Amino acid sequence: MTAGSQMNANNLHEPAAGFDFSNYLRNQNLLQTDGAAPKLKAKKTGTTIVGTVYAGGVVLGADTRATNDTEVAERNCEKIHYIAPNMYCCGAGTAADTENTTALISRQLELLRMDTARPSRLVTAVTLLKRMLFRYQGHVSAALVLGGCDLQGPHIYQIYPHGSTAKLPYTSMGSGSLAAMAVLESSWQENMTEDMAVQLVQRAIGAGIFNDLGSGSNCDICIIKTDGTVDYRRNAVKPNELAPLRAQVQRSGRLNMRPGLTPIIKSEFKPHPVVAAGGETAMEVE
Amino acid sequence: MLPAAVPSRQHTVQPMVTGTSVLGIVYDKGVLLAADTLLSYGSMAKAQNIPRLHAVEKTVIGASGEYSDFQRILEILKAKALEETTTSVMDSLYTEESGMTAENTWNYLRMLLYSRRSKFNPFWNELLVAGKDLKGKPFLGSVDKIGTTVRDNFIATGFGAYLAMPLLREKWRPDLTEGEARALLEDCMKILFFRDCRASPRIQLAKCADDEVLVSEPYELDTAAAWQAEAYRQSVGELEDDGGW
Repeated sequence: MTAGSQMNANNLHEPAAGFDFSNYLRNQNLLQTDGAAPKLKAKKTGTTIVGTVYAGGVVLGADTRATNDTEVAERNCEKIHYIAPNMYCCGAGTAADTENTTALISRQLELLRMDTARPSRLVTAVTLLKRMLFRYQGHVSAALVLGGCDLQGPHIYQIYPHGSTAKLPYTSMGSGSLAAMAVLESSWQENMTEDMAVQLVQRAIGAGIFNDLGSGSNCDICIIKTDGTVDYRRNAVKPNELAPLRAQVQRSGRLNMRPGLTPIIKSEFKPHPVVAAGGETAMEVE
Repeated sequence: MLPAAVPSRQHTVQPMVTGTSVLGIVYDKGVLLAADTLLSYGSMAKAQNIPRLHAVEKTVIGASGEYSDFQRILEILKAKALEETTTSVMDSLYTEESGMTAENTWNYLRMLLYSRRSKFNPFWNELLVAGKDLKGKPFLGSVDKIGTTVRDNFIATGFGAYLAMPLLREKWRPDLTEGEARALLEDCMKILFFRDCRASPRIQLAKCADDEVLVSEPYELDTAAAWQAEAYRQSVGELEDDGGW
């Protein structure tokens, strides 16, 4: 039970109004204990994420590298998160924060859809996200590019960890955002066709993958059209395939021996004496 | 009794009056450099028509970072050029026939900047040196404030390393014509103006090709087209149901 919550008439816990700093003391203690507990190390996504509006909807793009300091924690992670049937969100920053924040708002939107019997709007998602992020004063390190189509048309929003938002025709976030933004500023036009928009997003993510060390591996694309269809292309572009490189390594036949190399001269099977005599049955593991 | 004087700082610890990125690209017949003409004093635009590309003999030097250090470096290089051409050194057995080519200048600057940094008093600059190498081919190299040298076909200093390098890497080919190289540099300078707070649209180009060295006069880039999209002209705050802000 968090400090300051009360039971309401329906026996549900309601948080007290205002900021909830009940974890502050805990965090101070964690920082002070010397070596007793490991320092909280957040798994970050050094990232390139991009979103752009085009004539028939929006295109979102993301790289697939998750880093832990200078190590690649995951080579092919998914950074484009589902929010609603007509909305997806790219996330940069701490991986746990982006995943859990987008999941939370996605579920809140689903409950709202059940309540109102209407498809969700982008402004609703943006408002829910920014109110939550502002409440945590930037400690939830989630930088998001939210894109989708609702009754008012296609929209792209960028949301910063401290809770500020901007509605833009195109945007990029993450450590590779400058490389991606250079490509976008150079080539973006209004009212692009779907092919032009996808090409642009792939070039922008490619610029992030090859020029930013925090981004890498493959490019995911998600196209959300104004007619409500979604085309989620996981690993749309794979410029960093490892299989051809691995195939070039000369491995000695002595290290990888195929089955059947050693000739079998004689084969004999003797069951364990206890089991054969009908004694203790073999242990069963459920 | 006067209060004791605080000893003055003897070493550079931070830049004061600075220039932002310089870009350079090698094309089929030579080298092109581009830089804007803005000097910043922190967040103030101190001077808006100051050339940051200078020709010394057959070499063009461009500098980002502390402007006073760049002026001192130019003094040193001009004195060296004078010495090469007017003293008896030029008759000795030890002079290079080529004199102060870009590659020689680049190596000299490497020695100069590294020795200053080793005394904890760096020239706070990132310099681009353009011209010809010792074999007569087009040369573009950079020297930074700790004495690191890089020679490449396209280099960008400062913010340009983040915004212009991705585009230069994507678009460079060994057989670029001068027009294409110039268009590429101008596109990069425009993007720097949009996304670097310390950049301006007033730029200057320099060309080293076919034994000639030309430094252009400053001119303004046309950025009006970038604001024409309907998405920029529509007022977001007046959208139905608060379109967000």
